[in-house]
Amino acid sequence: MATSKLSAPRSRSNSARPASERRRRRALWELRLYVAGMTPTSIRAFENLKKICEEHLQGLYSIQVIDLLERPMLARGDQIIAVPTLVRRLPTPVKKIIGDLSNTERVLVGLDLRPAGGWH
Amino acid sequence: MTSENDMATVQAKIQKRDGTRGMAEIALEKVPTGIRGLDQVTHGGFPKGRTALVCGGPGTGKTLLGLEFLVRGVQLYNEPGVCVAFEETVQELTTNMASLGYNLDQLVRARKLAIDYVEIERKQIEETGEYNLDGLFLRLKQAIDEVKAKRVLIDTVELLFLGLKNEAVVRSELRRLFHWLKDAGVTAVVTAEAGERSFTRYGLEEYVADCVIVLDHRVNEQVSTRRLRVVKYRGSSHGTNEYPFLMESEGISVMPITSVGLTHGAPTERISSGIAGLDQMLGAKGFFRGSSILVTGTAGTGKSSFSAAFANAACKRGERALYFAFEESPSQILRNMSSVGLDLNRWISRKLLKIHAARPTATGLETHLAQMYKEVEDFQPDVVVLDPITNLISVGDQSSVKAMLTRVIDFLKVKNITAMFTNLVFGDDIEERAIGISSLMDGWLVLRDMSSGADRIRTLNLLKCRGMAHDMRVHSFTLGEKGITINGNFQTIGAPQSK
Repeated sequence: MATSKLSAPRSRSNSARPASERRRRRALWELRLYVAGMTPTSIRAFENLKKICEEHLQGLYSIQVIDLLERPMLARGDQIIAVPTLVRRLPTPVKKIIGDLSNTERVLVGLDLRPAGGWH
Repeated sequence: MTSENDMATVQAKIQKRDGTRGMAEIALEKVPTGIRGLDQVTHGGFPKGRTALVCGGPGTGKTLLGLEFLVRGVQLYNEPGVCVAFEETVQELTTNMASLGYNLDQLVRARKLAIDYVEIERKQIEETGEYNLDGLFLRLKQAIDEVKAKRVLIDTVELLFLGLKNEAVVRSELRRLFHWLKDAGVTAVVTAEAGERSFTRYGLEEYVADCVIVLDHRVNEQVSTRRLRVVKYRGSSHGTNEYPFLMESEGISVMPITSVGLTHGAPTERISSGIAGLDQMLGAKGFFRGSSILVTGTAGTGKSSFSAAFANAACKRGERALYFAFEESPSQILRNMSSVGLDLNRWISRKLLKIHAARPTATGLETHLAQMYKEVEDFQPDVVVLDPITNLISVGDQSSVKAMLTRVIDFLKVKNITAMFTNLVFGDDIEERAIGISSLMDGWLVLRDMSSGADRIRTLNLLKCRGMAHDMRVHSFTLGEKGITINGNFQTIGAPQSK
């Protein structure tokens, strides 16, 4: 159905490249999005993620989409149980965000792009 | 209630659809767990292709039971298994199981077992928006495919509730998981923490309603006892009692000991008591095989010597004797008995005699019972001695001791094992004191120690011996290097009249 839309990310590496053309060397943010099949939720998660990255991390990130239906073995390595799961592999520490990433605020907090709560 | 109705409708539908095959589906197929005693309690094992729930508090042995189900599956039934571990890492599980004599590593290398440790670190996880647990499903599927598993253990799935915030999602996904397991055709065990109001903290029994087993670990007066109970087994009969179980070097043993009832046979064969004079009193033939004999007496009256002589006689006949010592160590018994002319060492070296010594206070009654059961099953004795049962009373109250002894006696009777129990009593009213348990016994021998001038005289009296003519008179006896010698009639010295 929406496969065409995700055909680029499905090639599972540097899916954001076409948009932020060849700034990969400067990619300090290494993100992985685990999905199970191209479900509407998967697509939504990817789109939400891309939007957030373009807004806040332009040129500084790479997104790798992993479809666990195709590569189930990879779920163990990153301890994935829920899908979609976004894993921030770099910068460390590793962070995980579960869900379709529809709440931008929460994603930003989860990625440490915005401090949690109003403490600061 | 409703779910039971659902079940009925489903079965009716299956029947309609599949005609005769439906009938076969109704007859519940079972998978033997291979865990000692558990298959007896569940009348054949866990429901095939379904999920059994094992719940209990911390440290009750849920994980070990689940893992043993997998390991036995590989070892005994060639059914590979998958363990999804939420709580312990592969390393921890391997170490824990090594203490029970299982080498998980080896099974993993042989591709008979797959262990997937699922770590949920809540601190690392943020949740936003919709998700499902397909990741977990796929990992499970991957592991099942890897070893072609027939058995699955999920330990402890409830950690999902702690790790994920969206309880509604977790609940609906668990429901889906259990359906998925059914479709996958594997027999699964799911472990869960005990809850206060329901069997499990998160009410998992709602989802897994086919077979629910509760483990329990109770401490009474500093003494712990492990128990297992099948609280629910849809479509199958099962033992409903609480059964004691042991976790030992060879794994878990559940002891399906209940009052077996009064259905045992009554053999007419007679066996020697090991003392010529006593045999004389028993119509010159001795006790009935399979009978239970109580020996009571005050301290130092020679109860242990009588039971040792009894065991000795069995070994002489080439039979096997099992001696449970609750007061003395095996070497102490051997030493003391050599002083009354009984060389028990030779029987031990010929493996005809086994002395199992345990302090009564070391474990609870149930555990003692379980241990005895296991020893008897292992050693297959012809005669058994329990010396003394008195101390067991310090572990449990009178009624539970009596209940336990009833179970021991029934169990031994069914196996046609002749048993001698000694009981230490204090004071003069020996007959009063032992009255509670004596009714369980077929024979009752009372030993007394009386003063006669400056001497103390040992006397014995067969107070009861069911089903045979016996000498009811009080006799004196001596303990010497040649063993126990029973003298003639003692009545003339003025012993209390017995009748």
